[in-house]
Amino acid sequence: MKGKVWKYGDHVNTDVIIPGRYLDDYDFKNMAKHAMEDLDPKFAKDVSYGDIIVAGRNFGCGSSREQAPLALKHAGVGAVVAISFARIFYRNAINIGLPVIEFDATGMFEKGDVALINMEKGIIVNETSGRTSRFEPLPAFLLEILKEGGLVPHSAKRFR
Amino acid sequence: MTFAQKVLSKASGKEANPGDIVSAKIDLAMSHENAALVLRSFKEIGAKEVWDPEKIVLLFDHRVPANTTKAAEGHQSVRNFVKAEMLPNFYDLREGICHQVLPEKGHVLPGMLIVGTDSHTTTYGAFGAFSTGIGATEMAAVWATGELWMKVPQTFRFNLNGKLDDPVTAKDVILHLIGKMGADGCDYRCAEFVGPVVDSMSISGRMTMCNMSMEMGAKAGVTFPDEKTRDYLKGRTSKEWVPVTSDQDADVEKVFDMDLTGLSPQVAYPHSVDNVKPVEEMTGIPVDQAVIGSCTNGRAEDLLAAERILHGRHIPDNVRLIVVPASREVYLWAADSGILASLVRSGAIVTNPGCGPCLGAHQGLLAPGERCIATTNRNFRGRMGSPESEVYLASPATVAASALKGQIADPREVRA
Repeated sequence: MKGKVWKYGDHVNTDVIIPGRYLDDYDFKNMAKHAMEDLDPKFAKDVSYGDIIVAGRNFGCGSSREQAPLALKHAGVGAVVAISFARIFYRNAINIGLPVIEFDATGMFEKGDVALINMEKGIIVNETSGRTSRFEPLPAFLLEILKEGGLVPHSAKRFR
Repeated sequence: MTFAQKVLSKASGKEANPGDIVSAKIDLAMSHENAALVLRSFKEIGAKEVWDPEKIVLLFDHRVPANTTKAAEGHQSVRNFVKAEMLPNFYDLREGICHQVLPEKGHVLPGMLIVGTDSHTTTYGAFGAFSTGIGATEMAAVWATGELWMKVPQTFRFNLNGKLDDPVTAKDVILHLIGKMGADGCDYRCAEFVGPVVDSMSISGRMTMCNMSMEMGAKAGVTFPDEKTRDYLKGRTSKEWVPVTSDQDADVEKVFDMDLTGLSPQVAYPHSVDNVKPVEEMTGIPVDQAVIGSCTNGRAEDLLAAERILHGRHIPDNVRLIVVPASREVYLWAADSGILASLVRSGAIVTNPGCGPCLGAHQGLLAPGERCIATTNRNFRGRMGSPESEVYLASPATVAASALKGQIADPREVRA
């Protein structure tokens, strides 16, 4: 996957990813319009399909709301690369098919750089600067869930 | 073995060691409004029926009564599902907050493995259950299969020594711990709270501790059962239970020994829960609104602590004090005991049981530039309304004292 980088700091919480006031609407397209609204009002307007979020520690802390990764995914985000993730966000992201990578890429990217990521091989490239790094790929069974598009299609196999 | 290892070994049918990924059998699965989202994924998975209707508990608490047409539609879709599947444990919107109602109705027992589509599901750890928050899609998989993959966590043990001086309570202790550990200081761990301070805490206080353990990243928080637990569960459940505790020689990653004697009331500044300072360092900050309620601090003991401060006094006209009892049981107790009338006489607005304004859905949102001190659990930017508002977190006593003064106040100085 390949996309333009959006860069954020530590403890990006679920309330700024998708504020509670929008949680009554289960239409993911509407939700995506408010993604990151309380942290970066420009994000939802300017994000392009495949863009990549690079962030610091504890990304997605706070609520268990699955609308947080869903809002990012439906806004077009291709992956989130963070130093660490809050556990529920991490699970939710994989379960809804949003790739998450635990890796410190904060020193490697500036906002607007172009990132290229290979999930299986664990390679991340900054195409703008030419820097390349390696990260520990996700365990095989999580990669499989992601590849299938999330936990719903993965679990549906059991009931076919 | 640790408590976490024991519960997850039993649930997975094999020895569970920290770092192992196990497929665990779930004892209890809770969802609130977001059951509407679970439902959608459940239908897509294509399971014919839920794995065990007895083990699913559903209710509404986040937006009750429905505050928008869309919220009403969400409620409706869940009600229809409950009817179609004949789910026996559905409380609709009458009973209050999930984390208060499930223990009250006897669903929570020591040693259980509980998941809920709410991050504060860690609350049930106060009864010696291993309990954690999950997402809606994985809950759909639980409804379909009764199982969930879980990583066996390491354990941090907090050995809390000393004695708390009234009116310092569990909320001050957990805010203090979060301040020390940081918002990710307990990430992925099971947090065990032990020691004299925990032993002398009420069940209500232990619920506050376990509830907010997730604000330092804990996968689960736990206090171990004792006579108080037994007394609480008596009359609420007829089921047999056996306490599960960590062994003496359990492999605990880290032990934190702390002496809490002399601890001051604590306050978390905006906009992160770990931005914690003693109240004396921040008295005098003006507040527009004060909120007493939530799954963290909306119980009888909390309302009582507030009433003790406010009794016979009036809050100023320029402060809005909103009181949200955590459940119908708490609400009735407050009504019958006269606490409710006393709070209203002091100028409080009392709402129906539920989550209230905590998550910024309704019942007391903040305008730009407004400040609120609350007994709730999160002070993230925009949490309770405008992104330009501020939320400070504190105990019921500190919130009541601050409401009375119209500014952040030390409850030790305001008390009668």
